[in-house]
Amino acid sequence: MSAGATIVVVGAGPAGMAAARVLAEEGLRPMVLDKAARPGGQVWREPVGEGEEPSLPGHDPSQARRARTAFLELARDGRLDWYPSTTVVDLTRDRLWALGASGAVDSTGFDRLILCPGAIERILPVPGWTLPGVYTSGGARTALESLRCFVGRRIAFVGTGPLLYLVAARHVAAGASVVAVADTARLHQALAALPGLAADRSGLALAARCLAALRRAVVPILRGVRAFAVEGRHRVEGLRLETRAGPRELDCDAVAFGFGLVPQLQLLDLLDAPFRFDPESESWLPELDRAGRTPLPGVYVAGDGGRIRGARAAELAGERAALALLEDLGRPVDGPRVARLDRELERQSRFARALGRAFPFPRALEEAIADDTVVCRCEGVTAAALRAASRAFDADEINRAKALTRCGMGRCQGRLCGPSAARILAGARGLDLASVGRLRAQPPVEPLPARARRVEEETAA
Amino acid sequence: MSERLATEVCIVGGGLVGCATALALARRRTPCVLVERERCGTHASGVNYGGVRRQGRALEELPLAARARRMWGRLAVLVGHDSEFRPTGHLRLARDAAELAALEQWAAEAARLDVRCEILGPHALAARWPWLGSGLAGGSFCADDGQANPRLTTLLFARAAREQGARILEQKPVTAVERSRRGFRVVIQGGSEIQTRVLVNTAGAWGPAIAALLGEELPGEVIAPNMLVSEPLPYRIEPNLGMAGPGIYLRQVPTGSVIFGGGRGAADLAKARCRPLFSTTLATLAEARRIVPGLASATIIRSWAGIEGRMPDDRPVIGPSARVPGLFHAFGFSGHGFMLAPAVGAVLAELILDGHSSTSLAGLGPARFAQRPAAFA
Repeated sequence: MSAGATIVVVGAGPAGMAAARVLAEEGLRPMVLDKAARPGGQVWREPVGEGEEPSLPGHDPSQARRARTAFLELARDGRLDWYPSTTVVDLTRDRLWALGASGAVDSTGFDRLILCPGAIERILPVPGWTLPGVYTSGGARTALESLRCFVGRRIAFVGTGPLLYLVAARHVAAGASVVAVADTARLHQALAALPGLAADRSGLALAARCLAALRRAVVPILRGVRAFAVEGRHRVEGLRLETRAGPRELDCDAVAFGFGLVPQLQLLDLLDAPFRFDPESESWLPELDRAGRTPLPGVYVAGDGGRIRGARAAELAGERAALALLEDLGRPVDGPRVARLDRELERQSRFARALGRAFPFPRALEEAIADDTVVCRCEGVTAAALRAASRAFDADEINRAKALTRCGMGRCQGRLCGPSAARILAGARGLDLASVGRLRAQPPVEPLPARARRVEEETAA
Repeated sequence: MSERLATEVCIVGGGLVGCATALALARRRTPCVLVERERCGTHASGVNYGGVRRQGRALEELPLAARARRMWGRLAVLVGHDSEFRPTGHLRLARDAAELAALEQWAAEAARLDVRCEILGPHALAARWPWLGSGLAGGSFCADDGQANPRLTTLLFARAAREQGARILEQKPVTAVERSRRGFRVVIQGGSEIQTRVLVNTAGAWGPAIAALLGEELPGEVIAPNMLVSEPLPYRIEPNLGMAGPGIYLRQVPTGSVIFGGGRGAADLAKARCRPLFSTTLATLAEARRIVPGLASATIIRSWAGIEGRMPDDRPVIGPSARVPGLFHAFGFSGHGFMLAPAVGAVLAELILDGHSSTSLAGLGPARFAQRPAAFA
């Protein structure tokens, strides 16, 4: 890595690419790192192989392609330094460590850092959720849009949130058989959120297109689902639902499930950045000003890694954070441009908050996770084990429960199970969710092969 | 809400040594209050490597280690739960002839204190543990040593102490300690006070600071041993492994994870924070690959460090204060206190209640640092 670079952008999704573009246009030549081989992030991921991209609701491949092409042109022209297939594994206030494409680890110092780590889909442990054939809705989407395959022959979508409908509608458009969309939210919640949703007409229009596509394909949309369980011995054989109209069995061989997105906080957590519990989304969010500045000098966050607002807002947030960085460097910035971005981001925030009200996380389901359900699949820790440990050892904090049960100690480091484990602990102890805390990130934040060497060792060898 | 407590013994520091002391006192029906600034086992006690070995220790520590080893064997009975202690043996490896000679010399001296080690040359080593890398000069195997789970052990001691009647106050920083007519007055943040006859300083890396509050000057530095763990691999490495010289240590648990230690992380005593260092992690992995080449296929999923106190001679300070009557110290375990802790608690309880212990603490007392005249008369 070049020693002269002092501005690092982590993540080359919509936010990271936009931030990098602003900095490159200012001649600051940022370093941009992403663990993927190609830019685009999760949402603007480049499809594998050749051929036409399918036409899907709300999916404009040309927009993503334009952004990726512009980014790669800046890299080719030497206006930014692009490090694909480079996974950040550890981070301090002035240095980051990354595992590169060669399998070697390298480090670089930096003066300023824009983190665009994106989000992770929130899941809910239910009976059968670890069976082969269960995917997150985002996983099903990646399979469809990047790998051009379906996760099953008959796919049931269950959970809540706009992504669920979007991915289901895209599956229908691509010719997949979708047996149902089962939503834990209720219609009146969506209706009550309509005034807020009007903040983004195009977002609302996309929702209407998705619903229309599902209706044309006669996909049942079940709202107000009270509980669900995945059935099957060795893989998915069906989905059992408790609906308001009574129990229902769906015949399917794949389940795509998800409950909205939460920011990936691990990198910021390594810096000891402050977080706050957001009661509306019931998740932990980094403390940020509206431009994306963290309270740590020189550290910025943009995109869904800061606030869940979707791809378009992520792109604007990337631009806004880069402008904040320029401002902080004492460079002149275009005032009206900043004001326009702030207005647009505020509008997107209103829309995102309304979506949150339309599709609230089903806390009752999480509180009721059955004792024998595996919460932490990496370590095989059940809800009963968490509840028992909290009682036997008076554990009222999630990292203590982790020490006692191993929950969150496996490969995913609690990314998936952390929120549900905290809820179970809070429930068992009669505490509120915020007070039990969150699992702290520890390096390496991505699995590190023990054979990894430092770049200089490689060269010397 | 501020309260005033009166007790016989107040223990400052809820690491494993503090919790073991509380349990030993409570078992003898002695009123005691343990005050912990964070939660019991937050720092090195709860996140150390988990080695339970006598091999390689300073000879002064061996009487204590022998007693501790007997206690580890029946720890589940003492604390009411399995601490995952397993006598897997401890294998110390020599990289060259000089290190092997040092292992032999230690084994000969330790044999007089009843620690049995088996010295192996390079061929015997390779035959018995074929997964070891080549290029080792030999090793010393102590079959009765082993390993345990540090995450559980401190909590088990704290829980057992509480059940036996000890009062354990967590998240209570001590803001002042002073001598009083009946012994000591300990002030806790928020205004609560503890009046105690005896004060035990088990504050780990903060031990010198607690001693200083009472005018006793003791040395000590803060360290943060750097540790990592892998995803599960097939279970092969039964003994706990260490090096004769400075270097790494590693062990595998039966569920397959390999725990590596070596080098230091970064620690900030004032903020009570520490973190592993990636450069240390990479150096540990490089050495681990040389010693057990098969570990190159492991995947590291987590690293950590824990704040620990270290003394200039790498031996703990255990025993009555050289200056302040009624004050006892047990801190500065220098990265190898986990194994000793159960016995340290038992010995401290004897010193406090009986005035003497059957276990020798020669060479471990605070007097060895009291060369200069007292700063306070």
